[in-house]
Amino acid sequence: MGKLVQVKNAFKSFGDVNAVNGVSLDIEEGQFYSLLGPSGCGKTTLLRLIAGFEKPTSGQVFIDNTSMEGIEPNLRPTNMVFQNYAIFPHLNVEENVAYGLRNKRENRTKQNKLVDEALELVGLSGLNKRSANALSGGQKQRVALARALILKPKVLLLDEPLSALDKKLREQMQSELRHLQRAVGITFILVTHDQYEALTMSDRVAVMFDGKVAQEASPRDLYELPTSQKVASFIGEMTFIEGEIIGENQKLKIQSEIFGQITIDKSRVFGQSSKRIVLGIRPEKIAIVPRTSRSKNLVSGKIIDVSYFGETTNYKVACGATETLTISSQNSVGQLSYSVGEEIQLKADLDNIIAFST
Amino acid sequence: MMFLLSFWTQDYLVLDKTFTLNNYIEAFTQPVYQLLFSRSLYISLTVTFFTVLLAYPMAYFISFYGGNRKALWLFLITIPFWTSYLLRMFLWKVILGYNGVLNSFLLWLEMISEPLTFILYNSNAVIIALTHGWAPFAILPIFVSLEKIDRSLLEASRDLGDGPIKQFFRVILPLSMPGVVGAALIIFIPTVGDYITPKLVGGTDGLMIANMIQVQFSKANNAPLAAALSVSSLVIVAFISIVFVLINKKYLRRY
Repeated sequence: MGKLVQVKNAFKSFGDVNAVNGVSLDIEEGQFYSLLGPSGCGKTTLLRLIAGFEKPTSGQVFIDNTSMEGIEPNLRPTNMVFQNYAIFPHLNVEENVAYGLRNKRENRTKQNKLVDEALELVGLSGLNKRSANALSGGQKQRVALARALILKPKVLLLDEPLSALDKKLREQMQSELRHLQRAVGITFILVTHDQYEALTMSDRVAVMFDGKVAQEASPRDLYELPTSQKVASFIGEMTFIEGEIIGENQKLKIQSEIFGQITIDKSRVFGQSSKRIVLGIRPEKIAIVPRTSRSKNLVSGKIIDVSYFGETTNYKVACGATETLTISSQNSVGQLSYSVGEEIQLKADLDNIIAFST
Repeated sequence: MMFLLSFWTQDYLVLDKTFTLNNYIEAFTQPVYQLLFSRSLYISLTVTFFTVLLAYPMAYFISFYGGNRKALWLFLITIPFWTSYLLRMFLWKVILGYNGVLNSFLLWLEMISEPLTFILYNSNAVIIALTHGWAPFAILPIFVSLEKIDRSLLEASRDLGDGPIKQFFRVILPLSMPGVVGAALIIFIPTVGDYITPKLVGGTDGLMIANMIQVQFSKANNAPLAAALSVSSLVIVAFISIVFVLINKKYLRRY
């Protein structure tokens, strides 16, 4: 598979603000690619650079090995699903979906057939004549998708397409989008601030902060092996514990208050080597064990906060003098629940600890 | 009162209050009134057309290229209103007259050998003066309707393959139609009955129905006929306005 979209050292500034501050990306054909980041990180601007609605201050965008410099959005092999869907209010569903087709020279009968197919693809068969204003949010979303997909673009750009939908519908649309992408085989580039959306839908994710790509990886690597503290705390939750390097060979020997002396493989250590180091562990990699059990690497502490989420419960546990561990416990059959003030014993999965030297 | 008056007859200073339709028959059959009615409509519709045609690009410019100076541009548009309407209409006499600014200028440029006469004291002069006088009123409703267009719709149309011209005709114009129809109404209704402008720059060829109504009320001393003419023009204007409104509704229903 070739690289379909390439962004080469792109900068975009608005006045004094560098919205996109030196981004290079390679996006492979057929991928579901996500740009993930907090609002204002430049992900939408980057998407608009690819679509052609913004011109890079410097740097270049290539699509299918062709430079997009000076090419207007209407001539690029991209189509976009806008955040607010941008459904034309003066046209009905059919006219909206056929909007781009009407610029092409195919005959009407064929075009109408394509419209029907596109509506079927997004599950809106039979709504051809419905007015754009009579559509619900989810339906508008589907019209916007059909309108873009009907033109068979090389790249479909989605600008936070699900953020305006309620949770249930959003989850449904997430899986539909994923299936749709596999079915049509078009490269999707999705902009989102929702980490779970990015993780569940994408083949690859680029996490952006302050106009730069902080990490680009598969969803699993992003979660399991974040290369910086910032990424680690943006994607899911992570507890950070101060540590000190006390020895170094193939592995790093680290002393910390809670875990005592542990060794970490160097492949799990990120950042420049220095004395001060921060250990990170995900809440679900720590288990509550009976207070009677005796083994290595046990930590005891006192619950200081309980958050109940239904399928899981999160506990904040004070361990030692200064440190607090956050643990997440599945509320499955037989799992005891605990309350604030209780003393519990924990066992951390040391293999899943990662370290950031700062 | 006016409605009642239109069914009566006046004989010098005496008002005959027997019901009669004679005034209306006269209003609709006498060639002079027919001429004035049709000329009024012609002038007014032409003015409406040109005003909207002129106002649209201005509104478009302010809305799309005004940036953060939109308020300033709108403010500048109101400047003509700082002088009275009468004065502005009167100035057109100075501009369009036989020895007026325009003719002197064209003569000086040697583009013409003798002063143009078709530009003053006829309906053309009325059209020019009215178009100038009413343009600002047309800009505002069009501006508002352009402002209301979601800019992402414009990006969507570009994204779906439209060039700038197609985009204008497929998205911007249809979505701003309510403003255009609104502007047309705002111009059409008052200009049909305009009295000052034809009086000042219209000469005899540019007189409109309002001038005749005024003459009938005062010099001709025939208030009932004047009333009948007024009511008739009211009905005609109302009818055409309703047509405008129906067109507008057709566009508005979609939103």
